[in-house]
Amino acid sequence: MAKKEKNFSRRDFLKTSGIATGALIGGGLIGGLIGSNVSGNSGAGTASPAPGTANQGQMSVRGLQFFKNDVEFQVLSQAAERIFPEDDLGPGAIGLGVPYFIDQQLAGAYGENSKEYMQGPFFEGESTQGYQSRLKRNEMFRQGLILMQTEAQRRFNKDFVELDGGQMDEILTAFQEDELEMKGVSSLFFFRLFRMAVLEGAYADPIYGGNQNMDGWRMKGFPGHQASYINQIESEEFAEIEPKSIGNMNH
Amino acid sequence: MVTTLDKVDVVTVGVGWTGGIIAAECAKEGLKVVGLERGRERSTQDFSMVHDEYRYAIRYELMQDLSKETVTFRNNRKQRALPMRQMGSFLLGEGLGGSGTHWNGQNWRFLPYDFQIKSMTEEKYGKNKLSADYTLQDWGITYDELEPYFDRFEKTAGISGEATNPFWGQRSAEYPTPPMKKTPILQRFETASKNLGYSPFMLPSANLSETYKNPDGKTINACQYCGFCERFGCEYGAKSSPEITVVPTALETGNFEIKFNANAVEILKEGDKVTGVKYVDTVTFEEFIQPAEVVVLTSYMMNNAKLLMVSKIGEQYDPETGRGTLGKNYAYQILPGASGFFDEQMNVFMGAGALGMTVDDFNGDNFDHNDLDFIHGASLSITQTGLRPILTNPIPPDTPSWGADFKKASIHNYTRTLSVGGQGASMPHKENYMSLDGTYKDIYGVPLLQLTYNFTDQDRALHAYLTEKAAGIMQEMGAKTVVGGNPISDYDIVPYQTTHNTGGTMMGSSRDDSVVNNYLQHWDAENLFVVGAGNFAHNGGYNPTGTVGALAYRCAEGIIKYSKDGGTLV
Ligand SMILES: Cc1cc2nc3c(=O)[nH]c(=O)nc-3n(C[C@H](O)[C@H](O)[C@H](O)COP(=O)(O)OP(=O)(O)OC[C@H]3O[C@@H](n4cnc5c(N)ncnc54)[C@H](O)[C@@H]3O)c2cc1C
Ligand code: SF4
Repeated sequence: MAKKEKNFSRRDFLKTSGIATGALIGGGLIGGLIGSNVSGNSGAGTASPAPGTANQGQMSVRGLQFFKNDVEFQVLSQAAERIFPEDDLGPGAIGLGVPYFIDQQLAGAYGENSKEYMQGPFFEGESTQGYQSRLKRNEMFRQGLILMQTEAQRRFNKDFVELDGGQMDEILTAFQEDELEMKGVSSLFFFRLFRMAVLEGAYADPIYGGNQNMDGWRMKGFPGHQASYINQIESEEFAEIEPKSIGNMNH
Repeated sequence: MVTTLDKVDVVTVGVGWTGGIIAAECAKEGLKVVGLERGRERSTQDFSMVHDEYRYAIRYELMQDLSKETVTFRNNRKQRALPMRQMGSFLLGEGLGGSGTHWNGQNWRFLPYDFQIKSMTEEKYGKNKLSADYTLQDWGITYDELEPYFDRFEKTAGISGEATNPFWGQRSAEYPTPPMKKTPILQRFETASKNLGYSPFMLPSANLSETYKNPDGKTINACQYCGFCERFGCEYGAKSSPEITVVPTALETGNFEIKFNANAVEILKEGDKVTGVKYVDTVTFEEFIQPAEVVVLTSYMMNNAKLLMVSKIGEQYDPETGRGTLGKNYAYQILPGASGFFDEQMNVFMGAGALGMTVDDFNGDNFDHNDLDFIHGASLSITQTGLRPILTNPIPPDTPSWGADFKKASIHNYTRTLSVGGQGASMPHKENYMSLDGTYKDIYGVPLLQLTYNFTDQDRALHAYLTEKAAGIMQEMGAKTVVGGNPISDYDIVPYQTTHNTGGTMMGSSRDDSVVNNYLQHWDAENLFVVGAGNFAHNGGYNPTGTVGALAYRCAEGIIKYSKDGGTLV
């Protein structure tokens, strides 16, 4: 069945690209290794986690809302991982669930540009004039990811996900240096959008599907949602505080 | 079909700080006031889930919906102006409270020098200090005349501060509440700037240091230093904002009504008076006319200018001939500054929007400009606003902007980086102005406002000088590496800078060089008032709202006077 094949191919590319499978399958596992004790802490103060908490997020089913084609999602995942890779500090983009975060965002208001002025006419502007594309963000993403795949074939005769890290970086750099042709948007503009989306997915509240297990915050030392710092703000000591999601709020 | 409603005494367009103040003061005097607000109602209860950087700070939950309306922008007259399709350089407000809901709360009075900048500059440095391309002018009001209104605004908002800055104008009273807590990060700045011979003081804050009851009987709570202030509403009702102060004050009189989802599209004028405001219900697109004895534009400086242009009230400024005043003297701000990388971790994620310390030694004319090729300056501050992880990824120079090295460096430095930032004054220039766009329209069919703006040589010189001063403080604070801001070239509408836009509806002492008089009454229509940072003839070295609030109290006094006696107030 199609679905099964998808899963197989995903596992395959994980093997070839040297990413620990655990990072994708259970972001929480990796997080548990590097951060503070996950099961003990992340639900602290909440008798029963409300729907949408980080814990629940890990157990619930993950699925695609915007991408229809698994190849594109895999390119997205690998490219995102190059922007924000797993290392000894903790998980990278894949382990943090960033690809799913981006997929969900592209399916919604962000991807559809619903709060942006999208009336014509459209002209190419100066860089100081900002966004001037008639394309919506989700159209830019699809085009950009397909181009990553085409470039991988053109340069290395391989699928993007089969490339080694250095080769992937070469392609991403070509985007960043604005060397590639895209329709209706410059490759540099797309690259910036992509890089920013990865950081958003790494550090947004886990209610959005990224920052799995709050490991993005944990790595960075950001405690997330805290009600008050009034009793700590004058202290010289650096405060190590177990992070809290707004999904854990017990207002 | 347009529905004409019953006439009221006063109608305001927009219910932010300026609209709220006008409403409160006029309603207390017994005038019937209607506020037209294109956005929604909201209150402290709407902010219980507000600690969400992604939704509020990145996706701009509380800001203007640009799909409906935006501005167009070009750097100079030769370029084609294009729409600001996505929010960037400044964040326009929408909904009850306007930007006063999601502001930081850094609350200043402009310097005495600001109000008389042209005459004081000429007196001290001669007529040719700046070229004639800089359209500098006095404001038609002095600091001393405005002082009582500054005091009113500070008491309404309960501002927390200490009046120890030697460069300030005379104050008639202390701040209503004591300064905020002086954290270790602030103390570091204090010690360093004192070592350098400067005079640091606590930044005046609308995040209140203690619970306070204002003269209207409204309580503002004590700040919790939760770090989600700028771009967020306060879930504790601890940040002074229109919807917890002046708006309820106005509503309690029984004389104030707010129409939400009401987008004003035109000011109606007959002869030399205005008759009311035409607005569109943003839900049904039905059109209404709200007739009024007095119309007050309180819709932020951009919409104020746009509505006057659309309604053909006043003469549009033309940079070719220098004629006209409407749209003239648009100014922004420049942001010199320096970052320092430290070894030790600091609690940068704790804070409040207006928690900071400042030195004014390089602001206004507080230092000698004889050998400098610019005038004015910047306040230099350290602020501890609560750094959030998506937008804060400090990396030392030469670190790549993505990949393994980026990740390590940005994570390491997140809690180890501080910045000293300046709010640089911006002088008006004949080529920087606002007009109506000839191509693009909002969804109600009204032309968009067009911005023609670029940094000038004055801005660049000021930026370079102040960046060095900021770097000097950072050095003294003990940073391992100090990185000064890059020199500025062309203004870029993409990255967020400040929402401190000024000019376009200047105040002044003569109809020849201003749009409104010093009661903010329009020269061409005695029952039309226009209030906001658009009244500023140039932009100073501070955030604008303290001065905007003072002007709003001045304007309210004018409206009340006018309602009794009529006529031109000056
Ligand atoms: C992120 C941020 C931080 C800031 N921090 C500070 C700070 O620390 N210190 C400081 O001094 N200032 C700060 N400011 C600026 C400050 O918020 C503004 O100076 C102030 O709110 C201006 O008040 P206003 O009444 O003129 O306009 P606004 O508060 O913007 O209110 C205008 C209102 O009019 C409504 N409106 C507009 N057009 C129409 C129309 N056509 N029909 C009907 N209604 C309309 C809008 O929806 C809005 O509610 C900040 C701004 C932002 C965005
Ligand atoms: S920092 Fe203070 S004023 Fe700002 S949102 Fe938090 S509690 Fe409110």
